[in-house]
Amino acid sequence: MLEYLEILGGEIYKILFLLVPILVSVAMIVWLDRRVWGMVQKRKGPNVVGPFGLLQTLADALKYIFKEIIIPASANKAVFILAPIVTMTLALVAWAVIPMSEDLVLSDINVGVLYLFAVSSLGVYGIIMGGWASNSKYPFLGAIRSAAQMVSYEVSIGIIIINVLLCVGSLNLKDIVLAQKEIWYVIPLFPMFIIFFISSLAETNRPPFDLPEAEAELVAGYQTEYSGMMYAMFWLGEYANILLMCAMGSILFLGGWLPVIDIYPINLIPAPIWMILKILFLFFLFALIKAIVPRYRYDQLMRLGWKIFLPFSLIYLVLTASFLFYFDKLPKGNF
Amino acid sequence: MTIGRILRTIFLTEFIRGLLMAFKQMFKKSKTVNYPFEKGPISPRMRGEHALRRYPNGEERCIACKLCEAVCPAQAITIESTEKKDGSRKTTRYDIDMLKCIYCGLCQESCPVEAIVQGPNFEFATETREELYYNKQKLLDNGDRWESVLAKNIKLDKPYR
Repeated sequence: MLEYLEILGGEIYKILFLLVPILVSVAMIVWLDRRVWGMVQKRKGPNVVGPFGLLQTLADALKYIFKEIIIPASANKAVFILAPIVTMTLALVAWAVIPMSEDLVLSDINVGVLYLFAVSSLGVYGIIMGGWASNSKYPFLGAIRSAAQMVSYEVSIGIIIINVLLCVGSLNLKDIVLAQKEIWYVIPLFPMFIIFFISSLAETNRPPFDLPEAEAELVAGYQTEYSGMMYAMFWLGEYANILLMCAMGSILFLGGWLPVIDIYPINLIPAPIWMILKILFLFFLFALIKAIVPRYRYDQLMRLGWKIFLPFSLIYLVLTASFLFYFDKLPKGNF
Repeated sequence: MTIGRILRTIFLTEFIRGLLMAFKQMFKKSKTVNYPFEKGPISPRMRGEHALRRYPNGEERCIACKLCEAVCPAQAITIESTEKKDGSRKTTRYDIDMLKCIYCGLCQESCPVEAIVQGPNFEFATETREELYYNKQKLLDNGDRWESVLAKNIKLDKPYR
């Protein structure tokens, strides 16, 4: 019995060591998002709470904690409460397999990519549950849009991941990063990187694909009926998901924790810092794009996903496979 | 669709140009001011909070002619007057309902002795309505507090009146 408790304690310690930095960085990333947005529009952005306004998100979170949680009378109570919990849990659970360096990873499983993909696909359930359980028009429409959008873009993300896997020959995220020692996949698979990036914008409901929460038509989409801490959990899950997609992009294409060039003064910088820098770079692009793009129309969104991204990534998959086969570069030994 | 447009769509050139433009704008100075700590410039004609001015010897300027009361389109001003010992009139009551006031500046324009003026202060929000029913004492206090600015503004605006 005591042994089990000891093991459990050790695991909880490790999990906390992963979760606390993620939650803190989510708070910082929200601040960064608003700040970049403000800077592009030549505003100042949040700059009052704490140094440079860094504590703004914490203040917001504190406010949400003290606000009343309102559950609509006609809502399905159990599902209504479950939805934000599901969203946040799934967004955080996926971080278990993200390697920050060669040995800094919570669980180094051999099907890392599959796990990541599966968990991020499940994320849509939180949104559907929230939209359906609210029993109100706007959340329902938002949830339908979101479900269709996330499912369609997951297809192209899946094929893009297969592209990378063809080059690596392993589903382990660590192997994927180590396989990029010679050349980051962003160079040979550049069009795939672009499509992955745009798809991850759609996957996380960021502008220009933020149709589920299009405030002009749907108030706040699936979050309309939520308030207080439950709203904050949706929000946290959303940003944790955005960070996750950035981490996924940097592992699949930007060489994870590997330094830009492997020469003396640069490779002294510890591996997790490279990883964080790459995630931040991708997030910076996310934030910049939020500031400059108008929202897509729904049919345009679907056209882009099914008629452009899907065929293009399929064609590129065939190209990659034939290239690897012809030049005899297919990965060996891992099968 | 012409070839050029197709190429532009495929290579996302316009999107990339937009990104670069946004990136360039990021490093420009922001146009907004840090409001409670910094404030924007205010014109001498600013029609803000009202004030009743005095002559340098401390005597009230207001002669209770009631032109401002008459001209006030919102009927926010109430004046009662009495005769002083030296035979001149003075106000016993000069109330402005700041909630009715539309800040049109007609009271200031109509005043023959530059007694009632609208100063540069616009930060007089209160927590109750009652605090915004200004009486004579409050207006005179305002005049004393803002006198230097008020005198300067009136002097600056004189050539245009």
